[in-house]
Amino acid sequence: MVLFSARSATRRPWFEDLSLELDAGEVVVLTGPSGSGKTLLLRALADLDPLDAGLLELKGRAREDIPPAEWRARVTYLHQVPVRLPGDVGANIASVQALDAQCRRGAIDPGAGAVGAGNGAELAGLAGVSLDTAAQHLSGGEASRLALYRALGLSPDVLLLDEPTAALDVPLARAAEQAVLAWAQDGGAALWVAHERGLAERLGAREFSLG
Amino acid sequence: MTSPIPLGSLELALASLLVLASAGASLMLGLGLGRRLVLAGVRATLQLGLLGLLLRWIFSIEGPWLVVSWMLVMGVVAGGEAVRRTSHRVAGQWRLSMGVMLWTSMSVSLYGLVVVLRVDPWYTPRYAIPLLGLVLGNTLNGIALGLETTLSGYVQERDQVELLLAHGATRREATRAVVRRAARTGMIPIMNSMVAAGIVSIPGMMTGQILSGADPAAAARYQVFVLFIIAGGVTLGTIAAVLGATRLVFDDRDRLRVERVRS
Repeated sequence: MVLFSARSATRRPWFEDLSLELDAGEVVVLTGPSGSGKTLLLRALADLDPLDAGLLELKGRAREDIPPAEWRARVTYLHQVPVRLPGDVGANIASVQALDAQCRRGAIDPGAGAVGAGNGAELAGLAGVSLDTAAQHLSGGEASRLALYRALGLSPDVLLLDEPTAALDVPLARAAEQAVLAWAQDGGAALWVAHERGLAERLGAREFSLG
Repeated sequence: MTSPIPLGSLELALASLLVLASAGASLMLGLGLGRRLVLAGVRATLQLGLLGLLLRWIFSIEGPWLVVSWMLVMGVVAGGEAVRRTSHRVAGQWRLSMGVMLWTSMSVSLYGLVVVLRVDPWYTPRYAIPLLGLVLGNTLNGIALGLETTLSGYVQERDQVELLLAHGATRREATRAVVRRAARTGMIPIMNSMVAAGIVSIPGMMTGQILSGADPAAAARYQVFVLFIIAGGVTLGTIAAVLGATRLVFDDRDRLRVERVRS
């Protein structure tokens, strides 16, 4: 079943005639040389940057027909460098879970959105940090694990991951990969930007190459 | 009311000795301020002298048109000045600043003239022009600070704003922190002057009234009235400018278009 599809006819050379489909349960690894526009593509798919021309669809509904907040709650982009909000880990989890669009999703389809997001302590545990640590004091690896598990807990339809394991050592990176695979098996789909050659093979994932 | 001591050319010349003496001191100490000090003194004398003559003329003319055009000119100049004082620019900022400046300062000034003072007719220049001038001067500060904090906030905190957006925040949710801080910053000066009023110094307007022979208690009531009207104008103006600037850096799909901000 096609969950997400993107077709572009943009003037930007790197997305020319791009056509990409993600099935439910699928993880696709996005590769391409530096500067080929991988991050730009993910941002455009999340509707954080405008796509000059093209068509994005989620479950058969065009992007234009879905309010921007709902689109991004369902097609969620994770920054390459994890972003820390003011306050402690607990506040960093709560302020994202408490967003209107997340609460509404949880109410409409239980299991998705904030209701099924797991409690803060559980998420912090997965990231290996404690709830009352100031977010500014997290290491790069801790912050990126927190960001990843927080997003998985919100269970979007599509996750756009921008090198989510770049700051992790091998065992933690493997655990994060397994977490994403397990999450996808419940019906999500992930587009995963990676530099590492072996990732697609290890995940048993399709590879999509830009440029 | 005791009548004020009239100030003639002799008195002003005596007062100007202080500026000349300061210029002399600067010259002796090699501060390089002497020329600028004298020039500033001359400018102030000419500008205020002209203003006095102009206002005397306006006060003598009946009908609202001259007063209204004067108010419009002051509003446009203040709106432009608010933009000139910000180091970040975004397209549409001039229109926003002028619109907010005119709309907020006119409406609170009218409220003061019509509802509070019940001046008849409302455009009586002796009341309308000084009141609007006070409101504009302070609102200008609020708008300039609000605009600058808003625009620099979106540039500096782009990642945090976009993190929230990326997880499904509406524009309102994602901008709450920046908007809050910018509105607070814009209102710091008027908050400070309300809190410090009468403790650190006698406010300028009250000083003027007392010097010109008014009863200090009446002057105090007038000062409170003016502070309240100013606070209203600054609050409305700052909030409208902050929200308006936010609207200018977001597009119709609630994307933060930080490339629209130039610094």
